[in-house]
Amino acid sequence: MANNFARILSGKRNVGIMSLVGAGSLTAAFLLNREHVTAGAQVRRVYPASADYPDLRKHNNCMASHLTPAIYAKLVDKATPNGYTLDQAIQTGVDNPGHPFIKTVGMVAGDEESYEVFADLLDPVIKERHNGYDPQTMTHPTDLDSSKLKSGKFDERYVLSSRVRTGRSIRGLSLPPACTRAERREVEKVVVDALAGLKGDLAGTYYSLTHMTDQEQQQLIDDHFLFDKPVSPLLTCSGMARDWPDARGIWHNNTKTFLIWINEEDHTRVISMEKGGNMKRVFDRFCTGLKEVERLIQEKGWEFMWNERLGYILTCPSNLGTGLRAGVHVNLPKLSKDPRFTKILDNLRLQKRGTGGVDTAAVGSTFDISNLDRLGQSEVQLVQTVVDGVNYLIECEKKLEKGQDIKIPPPVRK
Amino acid sequence: MPFGNTHNNFKLNFKVEEEYPDLTKHNNHMAKVLTKDMYAKLRDKQTPSGFTLDDVIQTGVDNPGHPFIMTVGCVAGDEESYEIFKDLLDPIISDRHSGYKPTDKHKTDLNFENLKGGDDLDPNYVLSSRVRTGRSIKGYTLPPHNSRGERRAVEKLSVEALNTLDGEFKGKYYPLNKMTDAEQEQLIADHFLFDKPVSPLLLGAGMARDWPDARGIWHNDAKSFLVWVNEEDHLRVISMEKGGNMKEVFRRFCVGLKRIEETFKKHNHGFMWNEHLGYVLTCPSNLGTGLRGGVHVKLPKLSTHPKFEEILTRLRLQKRGVDTASVGGVFDISNADRLGSSEVAQVQMVVDGVKLMVEMEKKLEKGEAIDGMIPAQK
Repeated sequence: MANNFARILSGKRNVGIMSLVGAGSLTAAFLLNREHVTAGAQVRRVYPASADYPDLRKHNNCMASHLTPAIYAKLVDKATPNGYTLDQAIQTGVDNPGHPFIKTVGMVAGDEESYEVFADLLDPVIKERHNGYDPQTMTHPTDLDSSKLKSGKFDERYVLSSRVRTGRSIRGLSLPPACTRAERREVEKVVVDALAGLKGDLAGTYYSLTHMTDQEQQQLIDDHFLFDKPVSPLLTCSGMARDWPDARGIWHNNTKTFLIWINEEDHTRVISMEKGGNMKRVFDRFCTGLKEVERLIQEKGWEFMWNERLGYILTCPSNLGTGLRAGVHVNLPKLSKDPRFTKILDNLRLQKRGTGGVDTAAVGSTFDISNLDRLGQSEVQLVQTVVDGVNYLIECEKKLEKGQDIKIPPPVRK
Repeated sequence: MPFGNTHNNFKLNFKVEEEYPDLTKHNNHMAKVLTKDMYAKLRDKQTPSGFTLDDVIQTGVDNPGHPFIMTVGCVAGDEESYEIFKDLLDPIISDRHSGYKPTDKHKTDLNFENLKGGDDLDPNYVLSSRVRTGRSIKGYTLPPHNSRGERRAVEKLSVEALNTLDGEFKGKYYPLNKMTDAEQEQLIADHFLFDKPVSPLLLGAGMARDWPDARGIWHNDAKSFLVWVNEEDHLRVISMEKGGNMKEVFRRFCVGLKRIEETFKKHNHGFMWNEHLGYVLTCPSNLGTGLRGGVHVKLPKLSTHPKFEEILTRLRLQKRGVDTASVGGVFDISNADRLGSSEVAQVQMVVDGVKLMVEMEKKLEKGEAIDGMIPAQK
């Protein structure tokens, strides 16, 4: 409960992070000094770093690009206060060499402190993945004031649905790759308690994966809400699927427009969505819902993992900053066949996926179009990018319908 | 280091109820035995190398099991796991190995001359014969737990040992991450190549980490003696050939194993063995001899006989399909036991049992009954 948990003071990197947890279910106190490994962490090292350094010669992921033997040697005997180690953080990247065309991140964080303790590796990975964002010198803007969004209602002859998602982590509890069963259950409890306090059009119900009835399960599948045990080796090799389906579940509001996944790849994934092109309303609900949930967990003494260097802290470094993916399912039969399509998307800072989500192919000419960036720009800025970009794509499609030519837009200002 | 669980001390800050896994829907040996009290008792223990209770059971937590097939649901991370977690592993071993008690002694007999017969299995029915076992190298942790450095050290030592073999055992090592396409094709054609495990039972235990680093296959020039390095165990040793000469297969098995063991001992790294558990391997199901001796045998009539399963059980044999499912009435028949009887005894059961079943098949072909031939429980 609130009084039993002190706050994590997210100080500057030089000071380090202090995390004090009092009585109740967590009974130990950890004082973290960045320079030494605490009592909780036992890093068994029998071999020198050179003997354990992974063979990354056939690898193509961000971790492999930046994990030199020197950095490995420097970090390999360090652990976060909870005992999370470098070898665990990079395991997914070692086990999944990657693809010549698709560069995956190749590592995860096990807890908030991972981003500090393993900064020598994570900072360059973050810089590469997030287009030059330098965590050592830059700050990330957070802006969840959806009233700032301009226009945001798409032509529904083209846009079939609109969606915004992000993730949130509960400060003080380890992330999915590292969490113990108790921590994972605590995440579930904290979030479900908070969600029970939502009212009005946000009021809803929680469905635990372990306890849902067959009927509930079928309904969730029909609504396309149900998430499965991850099968992608990128995820399973990081350990986030351990103990499935313990403490995993889905919450959604009664109108099925606001949905939260608990303990999948992150502590929480928050999704606002609806059919049609009203991105403004989707984003309004997104921001209101997020702020409400935050208020409710703060009432109980919890908070989200956030700092001004990295924004919202999530499991995968690719989701830092806003963790936001705002997108639409949009029909672009002519434009998608135009050889300039990819370049247009690039310049608009958008990416295309199939309508099944990441790693799927498009069906017909309906694409999932969303923002590329996550870190270095605010939520408002990113959703605006999507709004402006999708409007441009629709204009192109209309032009092509009329037999007119289209232009590749200049790259949008970052 | 084991996956996700090096922070055992941190976990101890949580109450037992909060950490104890939900095993209500589980059906494996671990779930049957691991009560909350036992979890409470063992959760603060670790082996000298740092392997913990949660590491032992993770595969069983992640794989609830099947109503019909009882998996073990736990693994060892090192030799000491069987000692430190004996409160959990002894009942599992007893359940899995026909009541084997913590005080029982296991007999090792790799003297091939003690096998009677085995050179006269009818090759019209017995298509191939094979004996496999596993060996763990003392002083190293096991595949669920070992670091890359350790795994590489196991590989290096194993390859050194294997390269000293000569005569009928002279051969070559093919590391998984360096083999040429041509070598790979040949190994697949010979049915020697092993793949990265896909079974969630194995993956959940962490033994596929860093694949294919330090994994490989060694075989002799005659392709009748084969060693897998760093798959589910440090070593899997396989002797095989076409036809029904199990006697010869077992001879080569025993001789080859002894030669390998001598070389390891010279490097001060013998095999993990003790007189209670025999040869120590990753999965508790493979303790004792770790031996699976079997044949691919054609039994189209017998396999459809209503007493087939019972006959197998009484002969202490088990059936598997060939390449997982049975095709054309051809089955993989092997010993069911691993712990509590010797290598010779187990191969003897295969030899005697298969001989009997082939005779039954022949009788059924002639339209005769086999009721009088059904054996008593061995």
